[in-house]
Amino acid sequence: MVKVTIDGIEIEVEEGTTILNAARMIGGNVVPPAMCYYSSLEGSGGNCRTCLVEIAEGSTRDPRPMPKLMVSCSTQVQDGMVVKNKTSQRVHENRGAVTEFLLINHPLDCPVCDQAGECHLQDLSFDHGGAGSRFEEEKRTFEPIDIGNKIKLHMNRCILCYRCVKVAEQLTEKRVHGVLHRGEHAEISTYIQKAVESDFSGNMIDVCPVGALTDRTFRFKSRVWFLKPMNATRECKKCPGHATVWMFGEEIYRVTGRKDAYGEIERLDGKTAWICDDCRFETKDPKQWNIEGPRKINRHSVISQNHYEIPNPLKTNVKKSLK
Amino acid sequence: MGRKLLLEHIDVPGIETFDVWRKHGGYLSVEKALKNMSPDDVVNEVKNSGLRGRGGAGFPTGMKWSFLAKPEGVPRYLLCNADESEPGTFKDRYLMEKLPHLLIEGMIVSSYALGANLSYIYIRGEYMWILEILEKAIAEAYAKGFLGKNILGSGFDLDLRVAPGGGAYICGEETALIESLEGKRGNPRMKPPFPAVKGLWGCPTVVNNVESLATVVPIINMGADEYVKIGTEKSAGTKLISACGNLVRPGVYEIEMGISVEEFIYGDEWCRGIANNKQIKALIPGGSSVPILPAHLITKLATGEDRLMSYESLSEGGFATGSMLGSGGFIVFDEDQSVVRNTWNFARFYAHESCGQCSPCREGTGWMQRVLHRIVNGQGNMRDIDLLADINKKIEGNTICPLGDAAAWPVAAAIRHFREEFEWYVNHPEEALKRNYGMLKNTPTTV
Repeated sequence: MVKVTIDGIEIEVEEGTTILNAARMIGGNVVPPAMCYYSSLEGSGGNCRTCLVEIAEGSTRDPRPMPKLMVSCSTQVQDGMVVKNKTSQRVHENRGAVTEFLLINHPLDCPVCDQAGECHLQDLSFDHGGAGSRFEEEKRTFEPIDIGNKIKLHMNRCILCYRCVKVAEQLTEKRVHGVLHRGEHAEISTYIQKAVESDFSGNMIDVCPVGALTDRTFRFKSRVWFLKPMNATRECKKCPGHATVWMFGEEIYRVTGRKDAYGEIERLDGKTAWICDDCRFETKDPKQWNIEGPRKINRHSVISQNHYEIPNPLKTNVKKSLK
Repeated sequence: MGRKLLLEHIDVPGIETFDVWRKHGGYLSVEKALKNMSPDDVVNEVKNSGLRGRGGAGFPTGMKWSFLAKPEGVPRYLLCNADESEPGTFKDRYLMEKLPHLLIEGMIVSSYALGANLSYIYIRGEYMWILEILEKAIAEAYAKGFLGKNILGSGFDLDLRVAPGGGAYICGEETALIESLEGKRGNPRMKPPFPAVKGLWGCPTVVNNVESLATVVPIINMGADEYVKIGTEKSAGTKLISACGNLVRPGVYEIEMGISVEEFIYGDEWCRGIANNKQIKALIPGGSSVPILPAHLITKLATGEDRLMSYESLSEGGFATGSMLGSGGFIVFDEDQSVVRNTWNFARFYAHESCGQCSPCREGTGWMQRVLHRIVNGQGNMRDIDLLADINKKIEGNTICPLGDAAAWPVAAAIRHFREEFEWYVNHPEEALKRNYGMLKNTPTTV
């Protein structure tokens, strides 16, 4: 076990843990945002640079600070490491810079984007973005590519986190999609426009932090914050059938995996509970699901603002004064 | 004449063939190393020689070798980085074209030192004709028993292969090179783990520049003690410089480290001054990624001393008044040239070559390129200059690999030293469009 201090909070974690995961163990405000890291996808992380943190002391053995900001999703903690996230001015500046970079070519079409309301880029720009843009140039755009009748690819919105590429690599048998070209022209695409057809390809939608990959069966049906997220299960031969169904009245509008506070699919019996495309796209009749009850969505404020437990200010003050 | 260690026999006819190369002292270092030295002796010799990587970063080669992990039962690899794509740098091309056996010899000795039984030369795709030259030389070396099983009866086996790249600058970054060699998309990897621990196919790997590996040959032949006497204290030996731009005699030169920059530009033995009797305006001493130097900082340091051709002297004063030796791409500008336009050209290059993996580089390089393009075409305004300075500050240090830094430094330095020229472009848009940069009349200059 090694000791690490993040924003003045000390925690003991196992050796080999990354700074981001150590921060997630503490939870709350000290967790750096992560747009590309996804714990159940091997090799993800390091691309988006939003999780940069300052390492004020490298370790007990070598307490020198690290000259560059480090990506917390791939940097492992050392014993005695002191990390600054919220408390570092440099981190704020550079995270703001990364946010600006991610937004310059982003179409900002939130009003017509299905992801709006549960978009990590919205969260990030709310926390770290500027009020205006300094980008006066014409935005880069891509030719639309049809990747099948279940998933809609909107390349202009993509931030190239590579999560969906890892899904294609690690969850589906025949990988038919990846990244073409390079630099700012790099784009997610399918090889010679081949449709993405695999039992688990729909998980690309769940891992996408922005609105680049959205559910075609849910396209333009409703804003996510008008829906009721409900925990539901069902017997499925291909997957654990452990999902969230998004309901409007008695109708199921869409089905997604159960996501935790960081937008990652929850684990079930030690395995990530990815859902199959049958559950996601074909099973929209409430009779097919065993609906357990409402689901609380923590991080994305607008979706379940009514489910929030508002802390009683009097109570917390009493607790503090008792300490 | 300056001392030549690498290019000594470059003018001998037929030097690219095994027999002529052997007649001129070729493969002696292989004999010496394999017969009389242990692998650790070779590593120590290179360490003691103070050889610094010739590819750009200047990291001590011996130290890099000593970091190589040596777990039991796992193969190790030596990769030669011949993906020379930096604008202004063409020294490796010359060396491989003319002296293929020098590189092969250096690779045999280095592979022996590192215990690598399979080594690759990763060559950029545009150098296809050099690939043929190298493959011919390798076939000769196999036929003469310098490659293959049990080389010179020492029990050391080595296979050497040449792998062409697909023409991406980013594949010159060592982990991108490894990815590309593995047959994947050439995206740089996250570090750590470093290649010395987990490189090609997950095995310990060393990646060295062509010139670094070639320099191992004279180091073994003459011994580290002799080698350190050449050059300066911190920059031992000789360096290939590819001089280009507005010079009377551009070309690839081998210099002893520590000659003065003034002598190199104006000396009869070297570049013989600026072409057409013009004045020098600026210098990029180490390939497009390093900061540009204005006229008053080229031959003299900020302290008034002479600036020398060495790692320490060129970087004297940090980025405020210095630059870097880099890969030795020595680009000279005369008074007619435009630093702004050139900076745009470099920015365009980096925007084109960014791999697109991490956000600051992918988006930032394209943004800088567009802003510079606007300024060059007379559509800029004053706040664009500050915007540029701010963008490159935010790319620098926030990226996975050094390409982000390499894209940011030239822009930062151009604004630092030539801000008035940027302002001139903003204030004189009409004239800026008509400027013809010392080219023939009626050459279109709009871009």
